[in-house]
Amino acid sequence: MVKDQEFLETKASYCLSLAKKLGATDSSVIVKNSISETVNFRNKKLDESNRSDDLGLSITTYIGKKKSSISSSNLLNDNLNILIEKCIETTKNTPEDEFNSLPDRDLFAKEVKDLNLYDETHIENNQKIDYLKKLEAAASNDKKIVNTESSFTQNKSNFVLANSEGFCDGYKTSSFTASSVTVAKDEKSMERDYEYSSKCFLKDLDDADELGKLAASQTIRKLSPKKIGSEKIAIIFDKRIAKGVLSTFASAISSSAISRGTSFLKDKVNQKIFSDKINVFDKPDMLKGLGSRNFDSEGVKTDTLRLVDQGILKHYLIDTYNGKKLNLKSNGRCGGTSNLYFENGNISFKDLLNLNSKSLYITETIGHGSNIVTGDYSVGATGFLIENGEFKYPINEITIAGNFKDMFQNITLANDLEFKYATNSPTMLIEGMVVAGK
Amino acid sequence: MSNFFEKSDVSRKEAESIISDTLQKCDDGELYLENSKSESILLDDNKIKNSSYNSDLGFGFRAISDEVVAYSHSNEISKNSLKQSSENLKSTLKSVKGTYNHEIPKSNKKHYDNINPIEQKSLNEKIKILNDVNDYLRSKGDKVKQVTANFLGEQKSVEIIRSGGETLSDVRPLVRFNVSVMVEKDGRKETGVYGVGGRQSYDSYLKDENWKSVCDEALRIASVNLESKPAPAGEMKVVLGPGWPAILIHEAVGHGLEGDFNRKKTSAFHNLMGQKVASEGVTIIDDGTIDNRRGSLTIDDEGTPTERTVLIENGILKNFMQDRLNARLMKTRSTGSGRRENYRHIVLPRMRNTMMLSGKQTQEEMIKAVDKGIFAVSFGGGQVDITSGKFVFNCTEAYEIVNGKIGSPIKGATLIGDGPSILKEVSMVGNDMMMDPGIGTCGKAGQGVPVGVAQPSILINKMTVGGTKL
Repeated sequence: MVKDQEFLETKASYCLSLAKKLGATDSSVIVKNSISETVNFRNKKLDESNRSDDLGLSITTYIGKKKSSISSSNLLNDNLNILIEKCIETTKNTPEDEFNSLPDRDLFAKEVKDLNLYDETHIENNQKIDYLKKLEAAASNDKKIVNTESSFTQNKSNFVLANSEGFCDGYKTSSFTASSVTVAKDEKSMERDYEYSSKCFLKDLDDADELGKLAASQTIRKLSPKKIGSEKIAIIFDKRIAKGVLSTFASAISSSAISRGTSFLKDKVNQKIFSDKINVFDKPDMLKGLGSRNFDSEGVKTDTLRLVDQGILKHYLIDTYNGKKLNLKSNGRCGGTSNLYFENGNISFKDLLNLNSKSLYITETIGHGSNIVTGDYSVGATGFLIENGEFKYPINEITIAGNFKDMFQNITLANDLEFKYATNSPTMLIEGMVVAGK
Repeated sequence: MSNFFEKSDVSRKEAESIISDTLQKCDDGELYLENSKSESILLDDNKIKNSSYNSDLGFGFRAISDEVVAYSHSNEISKNSLKQSSENLKSTLKSVKGTYNHEIPKSNKKHYDNINPIEQKSLNEKIKILNDVNDYLRSKGDKVKQVTANFLGEQKSVEIIRSGGETLSDVRPLVRFNVSVMVEKDGRKETGVYGVGGRQSYDSYLKDENWKSVCDEALRIASVNLESKPAPAGEMKVVLGPGWPAILIHEAVGHGLEGDFNRKKTSAFHNLMGQKVASEGVTIIDDGTIDNRRGSLTIDDEGTPTERTVLIENGILKNFMQDRLNARLMKTRSTGSGRRENYRHIVLPRMRNTMMLSGKQTQEEMIKAVDKGIFAVSFGGGQVDITSGKFVFNCTEAYEIVNGKIGSPIKGATLIGDGPSILKEVSMVGNDMMMDPGIGTCGKAGQGVPVGVAQPSILINKMTVGGTKL
């Protein structure tokens, strides 16, 4: 069983009072416990079981405008005494920074709503095995599938965040995750693809059979890929790739990148950075949302933000430290976004495929090719050639490149948004990117 | 050296008996104990932004029967917690009937000293260097707009207790010093990053104001990029500089030669053993024994001493990298490549220091041999799809080559190629092999481990460059 609130609160208040006694003028502490149980299958047989029990704590101490932090997985009071003493010593020796402080008192979250993030259900390993058997049977049905690896994880977590201003809160969360990675082979090629489902509640998890079938069909359709020539072409990002564009956007509007001047979106608030119809939301209070939270990692309340309104950037993602530096109030985004998404566009997936007589549908990208200082983007890609709205043949060993400043202005979204991850996008078309191939 | 049982309610003897009881009739397994202390001190935006210290203690208990691995880990080294883990392993491996393999090779060689780098330099000294770095770089002109520098230091003590009580241990120091600088000219911003590190004290890398050369290199890369023009798009010849560009080797062939993917036949290389996979003259090794290197280990995370493993010899595929599990199932021996990020993770076969050995040609000869192509000197990182064999790496400093001469710098771009065929496209191997500066981290299955790479300059006949200029 994951540690209860009382245990975590006791540890937290022990740390806070010790820090105070040793000379801290302020301090904050997070105590977390997370228990995961995973079962992996390979080629319809049990391959691995893994149980992890992680208990950890991190404390930040302030002496005036000096700050330092420690973290540890050893929560015995003996050890905490040594570490907190060390932390105070380090704090004294760390130079002052005028922007160091706990959040303003009026910004702390006051009420903690039940966002339906915790499912009491415990799924035993033999039930996970039943699910995986069904999944792997469906995934390996076709003879072209030569390897299947599937996994089922149950995670239960609990945490308490407390600070010397009197904030002390936390709550349990759970997740149930199933995934399947399949390898298909023909005379010419071997390809891999996957499908995945993760939910707060067990009963919401995708059907094993469906998941297995999808993983297999998505892999088989990649067989015998071709390489195409280099050209300028319309790119369509599958939903699982399109969400990456949002993640880059989120990094570029983080207050740390903005205050350091290392973002291509610096000074762009109230300017049009996306095409007209684009709206972006970050909504923390979604029931059962994979990114939902009641407050950020400093305890600051989190309201829904309409980050982009009709293409215009409205907010940065602000934490306390960088907020003070930028002379802005924290909007509860220490630790990043919550449930971040593009609002649906107004054309169907099918119509999106038909917008151009020829386009490239991307299902996977590899490499870390997003530069948030310059906005330059260049990654390896795998996908399909689309002609007149139809999938013609698979493509690989190509790169796609552009600059986010231009790409953002040339986005068209379909109306097929679903909440599968914490960050979500409908299928996305971007005009004017360059493909490098033969 | 950590005494893991000193403050615990379980004695070493009791732990040994729980281990032996759990692992009897299993084919392999061990209790892995780890105590790590690490620090991070960061200067950013003219200020010491972060000074933090982490102390992490825990165990991972592993039992293997045939192909099945059962694993359980916890932070609490206690009787209760060990017993719970033991029950957990037993319930997964219901009816085991294997024979425990007690054999494990031994070596007295150590590849680094038993030091704690964090304690060897005071916080104030570290803060002073970071401030000096900031002042030094900002004194280089108005174009320097942002400086980030940090120290990362760690001491990790590990102990492996096998069934029957055999115990193997290692204390591993690791440090890294990084500098990142952003420059701006006429509204255009570019960054340059450089760092040094390995398994020695900070001072071994920073003495005699050596930190200045790290700053100079970061600034040089950033300044070159200010003048860069859009990179070309399409297939062309590529000359790679020596040292860090060897992440090409790491991505293109390294991952594909790890034992697990080949046992499972999901690697594009699984059926190529003994065959020609690279041009003649190409020899690639993976070596865990080079003193003080970031990727080196005295013993791997299963207790096997590391070694120098020849992967490709003169173009022919010779060996895969193995941990004990995959070695047993493929009827070969462990190459000392079993590694894990920490006690939270299972062991996987991983790279250590992956190197292409020197050939005979010079870099000048290579450049001269190219009519139209690029010369890539510095890289950010890479990734591979081991099944299709396609890999990428992102260059952060590159130049065009026109008619045998190095031309203008070009913007960062991703290069993509096919692992099993790319080394056959290597037409020249340089005589200038160089190690990387000691900053690499390799990710696999969510686990990051420190690694090294090395190579001489090489000429590749054909690779796709992912620029924007058609």
